[in-house]
Amino acid sequence: MQLTLWSYEGPPHIGAMRIAVSMEGVHLVLHAPQGDTYADLLFTMIERRGQRPPVSYTTFQARELGSDTADLVKTTIQETYDRFKPRVIMIGESCTAELIQDQPGALAQGMGLPAPVLSLELPAYTRKENWGANETFYQLVRGLLKGKVPAPGSERDLRASSGRPSANLLGPSALGFRCRDDVVEVTRLLDSIGVDVNVVAPLGASPEDVLRIPEADINVCLYPEVADQACNWLERMFGQPCIKTVPIGIGATHDFIQEVASTLQLDVAATTDPISSRMPWYSRSVDSTYLTGKRVFIFADATHAVAAARIAAEELGFTVVGIGTYAREFARDVREAAKRYGVEPLITDDYLEVEAKVAELHPELVLGTQMERHIAKRLGVPCAVISAPVHIQDFPSRYAPQMGFEGANVIFDTWVHPLMMGLEEHLITMFREDFEFHDAATPSHLGSSATPGRQQETRSDPTEGSDRTDETVMAWASDAEQELKKIPFFVRGKARRNTERFAEERGIQTITVETLYDAKAHFGR
Amino acid sequence: MTAAEALAQAGDCAIPDIKRERGQRQVFCGLAGIVWLHRKIQDAFFLIVGSRTCAHLMQSAAGVMIFAEPRFATAILQERDLAGLADCNQELDRVAADVLERRPDIKTLFLVGSCPSEVIKLDLAKAAERLSEVYRGRVRVLDYSASGLETTFTQGEDACLKSLVPQMPQLAAGERSLLVVGTLPDVVEDQFARIFKDLGIGPVHFLPPRHASEFPPVGSGTSVLLAQPFVGDTLRALVERGATLLKAPYPFGIEGTLAWLRAAADAWGISSATLEAVTAPAIARAQLGLARQRELLVGKRVSFLPDSQLEIPIARFLQRECGMELVEVATPFLDRQLMESELSLLPRGLRLTEGQDVERQLDRVREDRPDITVCGLGLANPLEAEGLRTKWSIELVFTPVHGFDQAADLAELFARPLVRGALLKV
Repeated sequence: MQLTLWSYEGPPHIGAMRIAVSMEGVHLVLHAPQGDTYADLLFTMIERRGQRPPVSYTTFQARELGSDTADLVKTTIQETYDRFKPRVIMIGESCTAELIQDQPGALAQGMGLPAPVLSLELPAYTRKENWGANETFYQLVRGLLKGKVPAPGSERDLRASSGRPSANLLGPSALGFRCRDDVVEVTRLLDSIGVDVNVVAPLGASPEDVLRIPEADINVCLYPEVADQACNWLERMFGQPCIKTVPIGIGATHDFIQEVASTLQLDVAATTDPISSRMPWYSRSVDSTYLTGKRVFIFADATHAVAAARIAAEELGFTVVGIGTYAREFARDVREAAKRYGVEPLITDDYLEVEAKVAELHPELVLGTQMERHIAKRLGVPCAVISAPVHIQDFPSRYAPQMGFEGANVIFDTWVHPLMMGLEEHLITMFREDFEFHDAATPSHLGSSATPGRQQETRSDPTEGSDRTDETVMAWASDAEQELKKIPFFVRGKARRNTERFAEERGIQTITVETLYDAKAHFGR
Repeated sequence: MTAAEALAQAGDCAIPDIKRERGQRQVFCGLAGIVWLHRKIQDAFFLIVGSRTCAHLMQSAAGVMIFAEPRFATAILQERDLAGLADCNQELDRVAADVLERRPDIKTLFLVGSCPSEVIKLDLAKAAERLSEVYRGRVRVLDYSASGLETTFTQGEDACLKSLVPQMPQLAAGERSLLVVGTLPDVVEDQFARIFKDLGIGPVHFLPPRHASEFPPVGSGTSVLLAQPFVGDTLRALVERGATLLKAPYPFGIEGTLAWLRAAADAWGISSATLEAVTAPAIARAQLGLARQRELLVGKRVSFLPDSQLEIPIARFLQRECGMELVEVATPFLDRQLMESELSLLPRGLRLTEGQDVERQLDRVREDRPDITVCGLGLANPLEAEGLRTKWSIELVFTPVHGFDQAADLAELFARPLVRGALLKV
């Protein structure tokens, strides 16, 4: 058993639901106990959809376990088909149904339904949501297109049609982080370099659209977590090159344009203008100087974590002090990124490990998921959300992409907002006894509610000994303790740790004011 | 003659026929009860033993609040646990130790069963016994099942409260007390406590208590008033310990609250004159507030989809006190013993449904086109998009709606979607 306060991903059948909900004419039948329909709320409430998800549940109860649950499956499938007449029907199980082993997929395939039936294998006790979405999308693409695969050895023209080249955008899905606006932004971006979008899938696609996927010249894998298997298969079977750069951040967007251009042999020298994003100027303007070297911890799905690290380091001038992901399938990308920034990668889906890491590193900003907001609240650290899992406030009404040039604008505003503003930071450092503006107060531009947090400087470790392997508690002379309080709160935890390490290395028993300043000189910040 | 009978004589007392429906159900499982139970019982921790789905349900429901330190968690079953490679009991001990080390302030730990733990027949009762021994004197460990196989939404609270009953101390022989059962918002609890005090009824205890370490006593001198209609199993466990149920409708609206209080007053031999004197100011206030809402609601047609078992008492309030017309009232489960006083207050010929077949029920809603459909959040926005006004039902569990001073608030919950529909011009 794994103790889980918060889980980064749902079970794999939620991933399957995300594909079904994204599409038109596709219906999913889930063998699941009563109550698993809570998942509908993810789409009707969190994403505010105005239609019920195209998902039917068997909703078995205890009294049915004694009888024939397999019959219930068949009845549900037949009624679902008769009522909704889907053009593709997918069959899956939730975690409880997996235990009772009714083989709903096999049952459905034996029913002679007049629509393609796709049976999904979703191992609920070993795999998770993104894997489920990825697998479902792959099975769907493969299932619909395997009859159209050209014979081996047949040459593919680089440009199937005369006129403008075209691309598929693969991976955007229901409940995906900012997919709705990313699609718009990337479509605009491609249009600006003379590339049309052929099919967007799964978001908004019908089974007939999926059949048109091979007509495009390239596939753009916008969200590898959902579409990398499908993209790889299409590349192997149809010879469609896959664009792997994800255009989040200014640098990545330029790289993306370059990759598309060179793959399609386009000349883009004259088309895009970096000035189309305000972010570079905002980041260079003098009010951003205080952002230099701000210590940031990043935890997200792999795509957004890697993109965020690059933006943080190269485009905002932060120092990346930690990076991690919950997506084991993509751990390699995050490990490589961690090497670039000289930090230890954190590959885990255990919220408690992430919490311990944040407590240990004392960052000044956390970029993460909804789950990191819980951690940041507990530790009193500013936080911005960069990746799923997210809640209702991160499915905004306004245009809010993460990708492309407008995405960079959105990111600048979002990440800088939680930080204390420059002037306030200066004044709090200089004058420490103000009754209104003080360490324990929230940055004043975030409203007046005093957070009970700001525990960084106290010794409240989330789990005993998890991040304090050295249980030698340093003695602090009281005047040194007072002096420590004069260091701004967002770097105080770091200062305490550095001082203690400095003292330990030199065998100093009691930390004095002198030790504190010696350590400061030694570490340089 | 009981209060309910007296009321029933005034009304039309033919009990409606109950239609039972089976099929796909669009409801929460009992785990959802943890969302409010963990706020009510402040020193308790709820450890669900289940799958990633259970954890996901909890955080989808509660995760919009940012918790510095949540008081619920899930022990997620792994492949090893299912394959029998890991001893589930050892694993559970380890996880419980983790939780209690992290939260030394916790006094009661609930091990909460789920569908997966039920299917693999994990004996949480035994585990709770064993762990209670281990943490004797520091933490009480209890268990209950809130699986979707066994429980629907608010039945999770019933199962939780039932697990508290054996922990309640014995009420001394010859003493009497009033026990109010079912989670109430703190403000409502305080109002009722004041009224009972003014009536001279006491001592009064509430279940659940605000702290799981303060268990109310129970015994043959205990009279039980149910504040919520979904606590049948808890009631039966209390009756086994000698308690007596005071039959009454539920304290929604003026009529329901007055009859509910009267049941206690009768049991304590308190005169009608005293009851009237004590309640008169609150009733006058309630009538004033209710009159405004009634104007908005009168003649409007309402359908209830099944959700929490609150449907019948609230429909009764809307029909009798707000002048609404009931099109269909559906409830996930109908406990005749607990609903006796309510059923006799419902109008003759009401379409009353127990259980659900969601697609057919939605067909009926589309055909009926009621002015308001009371339904869960999985259906509310889709029905709104079809041009039907809805009131999401979960709010009835999360809002102070009991008692005189909340009667107008309860009506306002139903008036609000109508008012809003009229306000919006875009």
